[in-house]
Amino acid sequence: MIEPRLKVATCSLAGCFGCHMSLLDLDERLFDLAERVELDRSPLTDIKELGECDIGLIEGGVCNAENVHVLMEFRARCKVLIAIGACALNGGIPAMRNQFALKDCLEESYLRGVGLVNPQIPNDPEIPLLLAQVHPVHEVVKIDYFLPGCPPSADTIWTFVSQLLSGQPVALSYTQIHYD
Amino acid sequence: MSAEQCFTLDGRRVPFQDGQTLMAAALDAGVYIPHLCFNPEFAPHGSCRVCLVQVNGRVQAACTTPAAAGLTVQSEIEELREMRRGILQMLFVEGNHVCPACEKSGACQLQAVAYYVGMQTPHYKHFYPRRPVDASHPEAVIDFNRCILCELCVRASRDVDGKNVFAVQGRGIQARLVVNTPSGQLGATPFSIHDKAAQVCPTGTILTKHRGYETPIGQRLYDRKPISVVGDVAQLPESRGGRRHD
Repeated sequence: MIEPRLKVATCSLAGCFGCHMSLLDLDERLFDLAERVELDRSPLTDIKELGECDIGLIEGGVCNAENVHVLMEFRARCKVLIAIGACALNGGIPAMRNQFALKDCLEESYLRGVGLVNPQIPNDPEIPLLLAQVHPVHEVVKIDYFLPGCPPSADTIWTFVSQLLSGQPVALSYTQIHYD
Repeated sequence: MSAEQCFTLDGRRVPFQDGQTLMAAALDAGVYIPHLCFNPEFAPHGSCRVCLVQVNGRVQAACTTPAAAGLTVQSEIEELREMRRGILQMLFVEGNHVCPACEKSGACQLQAVAYYVGMQTPHYKHFYPRRPVDASHPEAVIDFNRCILCELCVRASRDVDGKNVFAVQGRGIQARLVVNTPSGQLGATPFSIHDKAAQVCPTGTILTKHRGYETPIGQRLYDRKPISVVGDVAQLPESRGGRRHD
């Protein structure tokens, strides 16, 4: 009997897609993975609506209103939610803007930037509003597992996913845990 | 008296000399107890609490507790690992520790101890304090975002270098590392990169300029082996990936 595949959704919030690239670095192991999981909403599928999922992978921290919305939707629809990568865990590089007032960041980029013509701060209603500070995802929703790294290597992701899918306790080796 | 005095550490007999602390005796016996503010070249400080051990059932700092014959000391038990993990998590959220953007990453004692105690996430709410970076010195840069107030630079500059370049100002959550000049700038002090104070920082707070990436990420001290095996970055010579001048 073929076991039903687990539904997995992924997203990149305030991240650089580096963790998703690391996921793709699984290379031929992706075939093994595809036998056990089915992707729902993800930058890799382009499915827009999130369905009911077994596992959600969150890359990146929370920097704007849309990030908060997507994150809360993932928490509501995913049985197990995993924060992956430095930005999801502690805000990472985007959170370095927390050293400055948001107004100063916007003015530096859009008013005082080099070579700007007709400088103005974008205010189209379709652009999600920025939060005053960037936050790690665990400050917004409950997270079940954390996978550090910038990004976590494909080997780390593979060990983690294999253990999770087979119901074993997650136990990564020394070289598989790093914060950089 | 020549009979060897011993205490037990995680079931193992550890000999000690009169006046030694639990930490010093463990170090001599080659047993690792995680620590940050402790450095064997300096008087113990007892402030970071990472070296907490159970001494006859009571939790005490190994670096300040005198060894005594017959003590039963436990270090590698889950209860203590959890406490140490909590301390590391609080240290990480209290400052701005952005490992991917730090030159010290991979050869950082704070990071290595966090790996050792199994910290997967900082867990707590981040403070994101606003702290300055001082690049006024021609040879060194100080990034106060990464300071954990171990006072090793304060001790080294005062007691070894005789320069008294650093101090801790304020109390409680307001406490912060300062440079001892009217301008507060490192460039205005006699600090030198050859000072002991430049070699003892367990984090990426005090960095040597122009040499940050001489050793590539991935080939650094703690990239392949844990701190319990390779030892403290401040204790190892530069030729072995440490900070101590050869």
